[in-house]
Amino acid sequence: MEQLGLGTLFFAAIFTNNILLTNFLGLCPFLAISRDKKSALGLGAAVVFVMACTTALNHLVYHLLLVPLDLVHFRFIIFIVVIAAFVQLVELVVERFFTPLYYVLGIFLPLITVNCAILGASLFMIIRGYSLFQAVAYGAGSGIGWMLAIIAVGAIREKLQKTAKLPQSLEGPAITLLITGMMSLAFMAFSGMIQIQ
Amino acid sequence: MDQLLIGLLVISGLAALLAALLEVAHRFLADYGECKILVNQEKELTVIGGSPLLFTLAGEGIFVPSACGGRGTCAYCKVKVLEGGGPVLPTELPYLSKEEQEAGVRISCQVKVRNDLKIQIPEELFLIKEFKARVASLFPLTETIKGLRLEILTPEEGIKFKPGQYVQLEIPKYKQTKGTEFRAYSIASSAEVQEAIELMITRVPDGAVSVYVHDYLKESQEVTFRGPFGDFRLQDSDREILLIATGSGLAPIRSILFQLEKDQSPRKTTFFFGARTAKELMYFEELKGLEGKLPDFEFVPVLSRITEKDAWEGEKGRVTDLIERRVEEGAAKDVYICGNPDMVEDCVELLKAKGIPEERIFFDKFA
Repeated sequence: MEQLGLGTLFFAAIFTNNILLTNFLGLCPFLAISRDKKSALGLGAAVVFVMACTTALNHLVYHLLLVPLDLVHFRFIIFIVVIAAFVQLVELVVERFFTPLYYVLGIFLPLITVNCAILGASLFMIIRGYSLFQAVAYGAGSGIGWMLAIIAVGAIREKLQKTAKLPQSLEGPAITLLITGMMSLAFMAFSGMIQIQ
Repeated sequence: MDQLLIGLLVISGLAALLAALLEVAHRFLADYGECKILVNQEKELTVIGGSPLLFTLAGEGIFVPSACGGRGTCAYCKVKVLEGGGPVLPTELPYLSKEEQEAGVRISCQVKVRNDLKIQIPEELFLIKEFKARVASLFPLTETIKGLRLEILTPEEGIKFKPGQYVQLEIPKYKQTKGTEFRAYSIASSAEVQEAIELMITRVPDGAVSVYVHDYLKESQEVTFRGPFGDFRLQDSDREILLIATGSGLAPIRSILFQLEKDQSPRKTTFFFGARTAKELMYFEELKGLEGKLPDFEFVPVLSRITEKDAWEGEKGRVTDLIERRVEEGAAKDVYICGNPDMVEDCVELLKAKGIPEERIFFDKFA
């Protein structure tokens, strides 16, 4: 994948191949935390950090340790352990320095560990054979794309809350899924625009 | 074989490395070092940070009241934090009014001590101490309520309290509990007696402390309690007094009656005491006897479950019926109610409907 420019890859990861709206990864915390902009921004920032760092780390571990020692079949367990350690670190930092955010996010902060978007980004990076810099660009871009998606839906939900009279059965997850679905439909228009495979 | 070993070694090595990294991070991030807490602009405490303010203060001998033991559900532990408390947490917001938030009031079991703090607590809290006492006697009052008389061992001066206040009785861990537990009980004895207190404890099925007291506690056993806490007390005024209680709600009322007896208060006092049957009228003789000892006191017991067979000449029904029948519209009375929350709320509604202003109705709900 040497031809793919870092800038293009970064842009594509955010917009045209958005990990959430195009690949449908990372929906569970997305549905729970997109209620208001502040917590969405908080969780988004945590996800960007974890995604960028773990794709880079996992790339190093894969190419410097697993491949030379012929241990490629351990990649899933190793990637998860690295991601889990990272998320634990992020939780310690958030609890100390951003305490209100820690309580607002609740269980969804540690659940970043099993956010399929995080593992997905690492696995995509391996499957598509990115270089280290490409991996960082892709990881950071995917994280930012995820964050933009959650903030966008959060803003739409906040506005809907104030202006629209929703039937009671549609409030909460129902309307969120509908909005997300419609945004995905819109993003389908980007498919094929930039080849990052 | 080599491959297997290499694989195991690499995974273990990597996991160990990450674990070490996390341990270092945890040590560094979770260590808050020494923190200074300035209390009421005069007392400075030096503590180790990292624990919630409620427990940190208790460790320094300042006992902020707590009914839920620091779980963040009772909101008794409010403390004014002037500096250093950090942002208000979402777990605190439901319990703080706008004025309280602006004044810096916090729920102290949710505030972690991470840096130097300046706090403001009511002076009365300094009077709250921890007491060690011996169970002098344990006696049944009704089928579900036991009286407990505790003789204080330390501190030697005993306890100074205002009638109506409560203590937090602590019981050691036993098979139904995970650790020590404490619950609040109003003091039922006279404030003139400082070397011992009496409590009334209703056995609650599956209740941590009440089951222990009823089924396990023995005479001569030592217990610990903290106090005194609470603002439920007799207000100074010239108005008549109406006391209403059911069940163990009698406890603070009895203490208040002793105070009225000592003061020989000329204020006309009436006491509505509700129970189901005559057997449940605790301290009947003593309360009836007070009619002769106070200048103007009427004891009105009312029973709700008597049958034609029982020889009961007194009032029938509930305390709410007594309010209907005996309280005049717009009466100039101060009312004190104590008992289960539903009864208290029903009484408050009825009294308000009779034109008694809310500021003159005082209550202590026993949940």
